Amino acid sequence: MTTTAPLAETPPPLVADKPSAASVAKKKLTSPWASLAALVIAVLWTLPTFGLLVSSFRPERAIKTTGWWTFFTDPTVTMDNYKAVLDSENGAGLGSYFVNSLVITIPSVIIPMSLACLAAYAFAWIKFPGRNILFLAIFALQIVPLQVTLLPLLTLYVDAGVANTFWTIWLSHAIFGLPLAIYLLHNFMREIPATLLEAARVDGAGHVSIFFRVLLPLLRPALAAFGIFQFLWVWNDLLVALTFAGGGDSVAPITVALANLSGTRGTAWHLLSAGAFVSILVPVTIFLLLQRYFVRGLLAGSVKG
Amino acid sequence: MFDTADTTAGKFAQMFAAILLFAAVVGIILFIAGRFGGRRGDRIVAYSYLAPTLLMLLVGLVYPGIRTIYQSFFDAAGSAFIGLDNYGTIFTDTDQLTVLRNTVFWVVVTPFVATGVGLLYAILVDKARLESFAKALIFLPMAISFVGASIIWKFVYEFRPDQANVKQIGLLNQVLVWIGGSPQQWLVDSPLNTFLLIVVMIWIQAGFAMTVLSAAIKAIPDDIIEAARLDGVGPWGMFRFVTLPAIRPAVVVVLTTIGIGTLKVFDIVRTMTGGNFDTSVIANEFYSQSFRSDNQGLGSALAVLLFVLVIPIVAYNIRQIRSSEAL
Repeated sequence: MTTTAPLAETPPPLVADKPSAASVAKKKLTSPWASLAALVIAVLWTLPTFGLLVSSFRPERAIKTTGWWTFFTDPTVTMDNYKAVLDSENGAGLGSYFVNSLVITIPSVIIPMSLACLAAYAFAWIKFPGRNILFLAIFALQIVPLQVTLLPLLTLYVDAGVANTFWTIWLSHAIFGLPLAIYLLHNFMREIPATLLEAARVDGAGHVSIFFRVLLPLLRPALAAFGIFQFLWVWNDLLVALTFAGGGDSVAPITVALANLSGTRGTAWHLLSAGAFVSILVPVTIFLLLQRYFVRGLLAGSVKG
Repeated sequence: MFDTADTTAGKFAQMFAAILLFAAVVGIILFIAGRFGGRRGDRIVAYSYLAPTLLMLLVGLVYPGIRTIYQSFFDAAGSAFIGLDNYGTIFTDTDQLTVLRNTVFWVVVTPFVATGVGLLYAILVDKARLESFAKALIFLPMAISFVGASIIWKFVYEFRPDQANVKQIGLLNQVLVWIGGSPQQWLVDSPLNTFLLIVVMIWIQAGFAMTVLSAAIKAIPDDIIEAARLDGVGPWGMFRFVTLPAIRPAVVVVLTTIGIGTLKVFDIVRTMTGGNFDTSVIANEFYSQSFRSDNQGLGSALAVLLFVLVIPIVAYNIRQIRSSEAL
């Protein structure tokens, strides 16, 4: 393309790449219209969040009496909503729920991840009777909807005396996350050339040192994919938390607090707006930092619970 | 250690204790496995690596699943066997039929609209300036919890009475007022309210569709496009005969994936209407019956129904994922 003499007067394209199928198809809509359509979708998708974000910085009275779009003609910014929503004395006390979310999420990611590493290694690199059947069974368990397990699990937790503790939620999320974690890690481990492991074995390495020295460094993308998927899943979960955590601020995560706030004080928009953004902050940050791993995890986890 | 911790420090201490406990379990297993070197001990190593996983899955997934199926044949208190009566209720009771109707609305509308918007946007911003920024705008709702998204949209639908001195604070009603209409209680009127809840799910899922389909579009080989162009294929023909056939497997995967997620939608309905005003769906009704109305039998039957409905979509989804190399 670059070696041939430039063809007459055609101006150089703005984008240097070869045209893709989509960009050719796009020309049908001739650029201004295509840009306009894209702009309309982008605005529609951004405006609802933007409106609530602006509202969260407006005074309570202003939120309740005028629309957030009037902010631009009469800008008054306050942090009072955020103070009120975090204050446990006379606000919604979201602070302790936020702590609960963190305390719930971190083990709920680490526990299934470490157990799945062991299981996936066994499935991928050790021959033993029943391997294929077991792997297929675990793969199939991914599709069991959470709803099917909740009532009996709650009974089990009550009988074991751990009801309304973090343990119920850690264990539940770990269990629900295991099939996906094993599936993801197993697929990834199978792609590692067997010669690499053979070489280590010939050097006298056992399973443990093979795992830590050879496999673990190579597994980082798969671990990241599962980790971010599970993190967002657990942080954003409502159903499991609502079932096992109760409503009080000793165990329940921020999603439960927000859902309750929305149900009981549906008009307290100064609390709801600020509260929503407190809860959104962590997953969005994680997401933006680790975006490229997320799509892989998302696709693999599409059939989960 | 198994109590409820009250202070922040206590909670974090309990968290670290739990992580350490599991680390110790893994350590012990590794230690045991380490003693069986060579290929002889392979079986022992494999089974000890699998032991904690299998235990947790048996106790936490397999047993509860079977138990729920069993319970779905019992009455509200779980004491008297009533055969298929719970399933009969789901398919004859007026309230339950509304639940089924709403679930059908959700599962039919959400995947197609979300995929359509995602595909259109993927094509529109392909190779545009600021492509990755434009994509991030649409994709960001994926990171927001369903609860957060519900609050965002509840604010859009917010209603204030139509009086002279009262101003609308919800965007949708304000737009309606600007163009000369009168404000509506959007979340109260059935069946329109169900579709307004569906909008929230579409808003969340379109970004997923866009990302997957955009990757599929970019994976189409250049020489195919070049060949079609030399043959004089126009833009619409390019989309119809080159792009669409090439990304068909990806489109099917996206449709089924969103379909599965939609079938199990709970948080949006719970947060926005609580299932009132005829907006309940199967997953929400399961929760209401099981934990609010204490009707364990009906709750279990609804959970089993969800399971049965999900299986064919998942099976089709997995077949498509396996057959498509692009993913």
